[in-house]
Amino acid sequence: MKQPKVNAAKFLGKKRMMQTAAIAIIGGIYFISCLVLQFNTVEGIMSVPKAFTWLAVNFQPTPESMSYLPQIGIKLLETILMAIASVVVAAVIAIVFAILGSKVTGISKSMQIFVRGLASFFRNIPLVAWAMILLFSFKQSNFTGFLALLFMTIGFLIRAFMEIIEDEAGESMLALEATGASYFQVIFQGVISQIIPSLISWILYMIENNVRDATLVGILTGTGIGFVFDLYYKSFRFDAAGMTVLAIIIVVIVLELLSNQIRKVIL
Amino acid sequence: MLEVKNLAKSYQKDKPALTDISFKVDSGKFVAIIGPSGAGKTTILRSLNQLIKDDDGQILLDGEDIRAANKAELRKLRRQIGMIFQNYNLVERLTVIENVLHGRLGYKSTISGMIGRYTEEEKREALELLDKVGLSEFALQRCSELSGGQKQRVGIARALIQHPKVILCDEPIASLDPASAQNVMKLLKDLTVEFNIICIANLHQIGLAKEHADQIIGIRKGQMVYNDVSENLSEDAIADLYGTAAVKELVE
Repeated sequence: MKQPKVNAAKFLGKKRMMQTAAIAIIGGIYFISCLVLQFNTVEGIMSVPKAFTWLAVNFQPTPESMSYLPQIGIKLLETILMAIASVVVAAVIAIVFAILGSKVTGISKSMQIFVRGLASFFRNIPLVAWAMILLFSFKQSNFTGFLALLFMTIGFLIRAFMEIIEDEAGESMLALEATGASYFQVIFQGVISQIIPSLISWILYMIENNVRDATLVGILTGTGIGFVFDLYYKSFRFDAAGMTVLAIIIVVIVLELLSNQIRKVIL
Repeated sequence: MLEVKNLAKSYQKDKPALTDISFKVDSGKFVAIIGPSGAGKTTILRSLNQLIKDDDGQILLDGEDIRAANKAELRKLRRQIGMIFQNYNLVERLTVIENVLHGRLGYKSTISGMIGRYTEEEKREALELLDKVGLSEFALQRCSELSGGQKQRVGIARALIQHPKVILCDEPIASLDPASAQNVMKLLKDLTVEFNIICIANLHQIGLAKEHADQIIGIRKGQMVYNDVSENLSEDAIADLYGTAAVKELVE
């Protein structure tokens, strides 16, 4: 018998030891963090049911809270429209930058670096920070909320669209280039028509996401559904605040179901 | 006539991918390029329509040097060179006929190409070509619904509508089952004769290469080690290309 060059038993043993060590290190970090923060794991877990009980008792909408529904409805609609508007505008801007900056369709190396930088700049400033910064210039208005959502969405969509282009469009693009088609012909016929389902899928996801985020932005900018939630909460009308949360949850679920249906049709 | 003279290319310094490749092909001939993986077959093929920029040499299509062309001239030259890919490279979401019509893009103004507006004549020709490759009843289906062999025939129709002088086939049958592969090879051979074009295909299947090709070019480590009519391809030549052990497996 020829002796094999690698020692399998030794290699696997070493691998197992590494895995054990990795788990031990993660556990150790958790333990030390708890000590530093004076966080008691058992107590923390035990208090979760108590928190939910409090939530259920105080936030439960009562028959009276139905009277708030018209006001909630109007603000909710405002919020949904703001989310959709921000995503649509962001998608148009993002697709242009994604085409200019992706590895397969990009026009130059420096443009690629610029677009990547732009995307991380928009994406890595937290939504809350965007809203606070924009508050100075645009005061408490729907436009401030719209801009904050727009900037963050642009960052996300540029990145997502670039990855879609790089994954899905490379092959058809090469084929059209080989026929002698010009850059814009290749982009419109080969790239965009190939990636449209993935684009729409991402746009729908961002709309769902922005309805949720718009609530948070609304608390800061004093607009939309976030504003009414904040108002009810701070005036101790917890039942109405609970009603608001329930309405948001229902809308987000409905939007998700709706976009799943749309995806099924277009894909 | 296509004439390649002293073509050379290296991706890294001092590591040539191609050295001194020279060959001639006449119209109406089917040429197979064979050789082990990584020998440089794809690099040759993609140099011919300048999807890969080579470093040195001349590529003359009816006396016109493709390598000397500027951007606009290159687009015009590429119209005369169709290309077929291993993965078909169709726009899967579009219909069969739209994909065939993409072959006309090089002849159109930028705007009408962008929005995909084609003349009646172009549409009629697309349908005729689909009929020729046996897909006329699929014209309005999405390409994603077709089988591999059918997709490749769409690719062939897309190349033909360019009215090419040359068709380049990059591993045209590597993703196909044996029956579809035989079919596509026969179709390529017949079309080469019918339209009097040059067809150059990278192939791994030596049996199919011998059966269908008029001329065989053997590439090993970026160098041309064989160039002759396909009847003359001997077992010794195959051994020289792939190594002795491979002969028995490859020939049958």
